[in-house]
Amino acid sequence: MKKILILGAGTAGTMMANHLNHEVDKKEWEINIIDHRQEHYYQPGYLFLPFDIYEPEDIVKPIKDFIPKGVNLINEKALKILPLEKMVQMVNGDQLHYDILIIATGCNIAPEEIPGMKGSEWHQSVFDFYTFEGSLALRNAMRDFKGGKLVVHITEMPIKCPVAPLEFAFLADSYFKHKKMRDKVEITYVTPLSGAFTKPKATEALSHLLDEKNILQINDFGIKKIDNEQKKMIDYEGREVAFDLLVTVPTNKGDALMENSGMGDDLNFIPTNKATLQSLHYPEVFVLGDASNIPASKAGSVAHFEAEILTENILHYIKNEPLKESFDGHANCFIETGNGKALLIDFNYTHEPVEGSFPFPGIGPLRLLKESRMNHMGKLAFRWIYWHMLLKGTHIPFVSTAMQEEGKHF
Amino acid sequence: MDKTISGKTIQVNEEGYLTNFSEWDKDIALAISQEEHIEELGPKHWKIIEYLQDQFKQEIPLSIRKIGKSGVVDIEEFYALFPQGPLKKATKIAGIPKPASCI
Repeated sequence: MKKILILGAGTAGTMMANHLNHEVDKKEWEINIIDHRQEHYYQPGYLFLPFDIYEPEDIVKPIKDFIPKGVNLINEKALKILPLEKMVQMVNGDQLHYDILIIATGCNIAPEEIPGMKGSEWHQSVFDFYTFEGSLALRNAMRDFKGGKLVVHITEMPIKCPVAPLEFAFLADSYFKHKKMRDKVEITYVTPLSGAFTKPKATEALSHLLDEKNILQINDFGIKKIDNEQKKMIDYEGREVAFDLLVTVPTNKGDALMENSGMGDDLNFIPTNKATLQSLHYPEVFVLGDASNIPASKAGSVAHFEAEILTENILHYIKNEPLKESFDGHANCFIETGNGKALLIDFNYTHEPVEGSFPFPGIGPLRLLKESRMNHMGKLAFRWIYWHMLLKGTHIPFVSTAMQEEGKHF
Repeated sequence: MDKTISGKTIQVNEEGYLTNFSEWDKDIALAISQEEHIEELGPKHWKIIEYLQDQFKQEIPLSIRKIGKSGVVDIEEFYALFPQGPLKKATKIAGIPKPASCI
């Protein structure tokens, strides 16, 4: 019996387990998925938890509920990949052989990369919202916040869900308005980028929204350290930003497993072919979702589009056929803008987000790069889609894997 | 679009980055650095420019973190040499594309 091994049962790994369970011949292939955790978190929910929009129980379910019967879930921790031996060494001493390895170990925050970030103020007045613990601790701090300087900050790129910090700033504006204390809170958005976003047209639209909501912007801020006593961030040019409450997105790194295995770059992301999703170094290794170094967004929607293409490529690989170079970097993201509205962006490696209609060209009903209530309803409905369709690998109706150019105003 | 700089016509994009690296030379680098308010390019500047061009030719994506670990320059000095957005300024002077921060 030949073996497919999937590392990681998060969004990407779970989708892949479901796809392959349908597609590969089980008389020849055994599918295993490894994850030491028990719980699957709906990560987009981390954005809503601090604002009391979601409760913790809305965003956590057992991992095993989403792994299909034909796939073995191995609830153990992997220690090291031995790519030359085609083996995964487990912490408990087991050695698991594979014929095909799919790495879907995601990325995590690494606050220890910046001196002082994980200091005495960590989870006191310095918070992340990229972990369940961070997001929950931040919810309590937001509830108790009496006013002052709220700073929303990105440490360095790339980060998972690059629009999330902007959404946080927008939702904070709306949250404090509802609490009738917006006049007591100064909100500042601090980024290492030269504008609100990396792509020009979206930057323009998003900067306009920041201005409209009276959110200050500090660009090109390369953080050097955090001074915990004086509660301020200092950058490489000596600029200082004081805060009463700092909501930061720390450096994002791939799993430490890549470092142990010598398979990652300096941030533990795995060098991957951006069109086929095959490892650049080992032909039987494929990389899905946030774990790779491809220049696409680190986001669930990207992992969803990738999973459809990777499934085809695994089947080609099994049959010794050439792989399809068809992943175009497609991402599709709702951006919450507060007050019950949202934007939608749809883009890929070569086309930046622009205005238009989605998914039906010229009709919509969703509008690209424009605020609307319909987009916000879409974002809320997405949680249901995630648990019931996305993880199970069900194709989302009308949303194509490759980005559609029709209906967009390039 | 065309841009005439130090007596030569070169192709640049709307942000002023060269679109054809083969048109780059040291005079162009000096002229762009003036526009970016960097008065003089010393030996360390040139060493960094050379390193960036070398990475570009090998198609290795650039980031400030990588440059800090390259052994060519540390991050603090990189900011001191190319103030206010060192990577975007240094790549412009080096005649290579502005690094696409992954999104």
